[in-house]
Amino acid sequence: MSSYSLRGLRWFEALSAGASQLPGLPASVKAADARLGGKTVRLLAVVADPDNRFPRARNGEVGLLEGWGLAKAVDDAIEADRETSSKRALIAIVDVPSQAYGRREEALGIHQALAGAADSYARARLAGHPVIGLLVGKAMSGAFLAHGYQANRLIALRDPGVMVHAMGKASAARVTLRSVEELEALAASVPPMAYDIDSFASLGLLWETLSVEQIEQPSAADLARVVDCLQQAINAVTGAPRNLSSRLGAPHRAASSHVRQLLSAQW
Amino acid sequence: MTDSAALLNKHSFVELGARQRAKALLDDGTFRELLDPFQRIMSPWLLRQGVVPQSDDGVVIAKGTLDGLPVVIAAIEGAFQGGSLGEVGGAKIAGALELAAEDNRNGIPTRAVLLLETGGVRLQEANLGLAAIAEIHSAIVDLRQYQPVVGVVAGSVGCFGGMSIAAGLCSYLLVTQEARLGLNGPQVIEQEAGLDEYDSRDRPFIWSLTGGEQRFATGLVDRYAADDVPQIRQQVCQLLHLGVPAEHRSGQAELFLQRLARLDTDVQIEPAAVRQLYQGEHP
Repeated sequence: MSSYSLRGLRWFEALSAGASQLPGLPASVKAADARLGGKTVRLLAVVADPDNRFPRARNGEVGLLEGWGLAKAVDDAIEADRETSSKRALIAIVDVPSQAYGRREEALGIHQALAGAADSYARARLAGHPVIGLLVGKAMSGAFLAHGYQANRLIALRDPGVMVHAMGKASAARVTLRSVEELEALAASVPPMAYDIDSFASLGLLWETLSVEQIEQPSAADLARVVDCLQQAINAVTGAPRNLSSRLGAPHRAASSHVRQLLSAQW
Repeated sequence: MTDSAALLNKHSFVELGARQRAKALLDDGTFRELLDPFQRIMSPWLLRQGVVPQSDDGVVIAKGTLDGLPVVIAAIEGAFQGGSLGEVGGAKIAGALELAAEDNRNGIPTRAVLLLETGGVRLQEANLGLAAIAEIHSAIVDLRQYQPVVGVVAGSVGCFGGMSIAAGLCSYLLVTQEARLGLNGPQVIEQEAGLDEYDSRDRPFIWSLTGGEQRFATGLVDRYAADDVPQIRQQVCQLLHLGVPAEHRSGQAELFLQRLARLDTDVQIEPAAVRQLYQGEHP
């Protein structure tokens, strides 16, 4: 049984359509420049590498090599477009089950590696690169913070396997001193605790959700639909603020706006 | 001075709460809290889960000056829900950093100091905590273009989860011996990877890998201070005066990839191996 998801890889392959991959990256980090509606975009994905030198990062987790590898691939795009005003869009294909949990990871500063990735994505966005997150699988916790959550716009495919959360259910139950059943019961009534994509969408954090026919292996129609949506997202970003303010405004996230208004008034 | 006299004269920073810490750092009489507890901006999510909310949601935002420099301090109260960040506390930090960046664009050189005692996302508000932390990351990267963002991990909670990534984005980091800095909490690693990989009850083992002294010795933080208010204040002051670093630690992907390439991953790692691999660039 394959213990890891292939969605990220399949969507990367479909969208990159054989474009050559950026060299010098860890095997678990894929990056390639593809043409999308006549424009160059850089696709980025973290994929499972069963031979990863770091055993706790063999199933697609974002670990040390993945964090720094993403940073390098994004920095490369920032550098390549430094002198031009038309910055290529960065498309983070998100299918990340978690960050890597291990002794080597903590000892060598996995927090710093993930900061490296978040830093590069944020700098790219501030420099004017449209950054789009395309959620095709799990988008969990630190892994998502490093890969995707700095995007100007987030797009999620509608599927039970697409989920965003801060921690897996077993660990979340342990940390909050609840049973998994209790946790699930609470998640059903408290939208930010839920694992499904509709609850997540109700928080106002997604720009668009999209249905496809074959999420595991995209069909030609799926690909066309996603490409069209990505182009719309890139267009929506052009000329818009380079911060994350478009995520504010949903009723389930009213306090986030209220706090900012009060802070500004008292500043 | 005898040891007992030294102890009696010592002003512990670790023992202070978030509000006292912010006051202790700011110049006398300049502390001004925003969204103070009397305004009762509390978590809208905790009560319905049977958790008693706190009237500042465990985050103190204070403006003032430090050695005459305009600063905003965001201090997390480790004693409330493990310093975890929910919607309100997260928005307070993100919003304060966003306003500090805006200040700089308007010609006011506001700096930021983050006092980090946090387990990361508050799991009772899971996805809103995670979203707020992404916004904190964004705001740090924005602000630090203009002025330094100084992170302080004093202990005893330490700094974990998404907020350890925020620490990794800071211009400078200061820790004490009490501090721990790491992405994943020991319990969660043990749950996910097993006891052989990480024994969450073996405190010396955990401090040897993620404790303040080790993080300083491996160059993953910039300063190592005693648990003493005047010393910590002086060091924060110096870091603020240093200005924006030529290169941020989080911007050094190539360097870290080269180091990791030299590591023998066939054997389990020891603290000394990390020092050997990472030291050299650090003064």
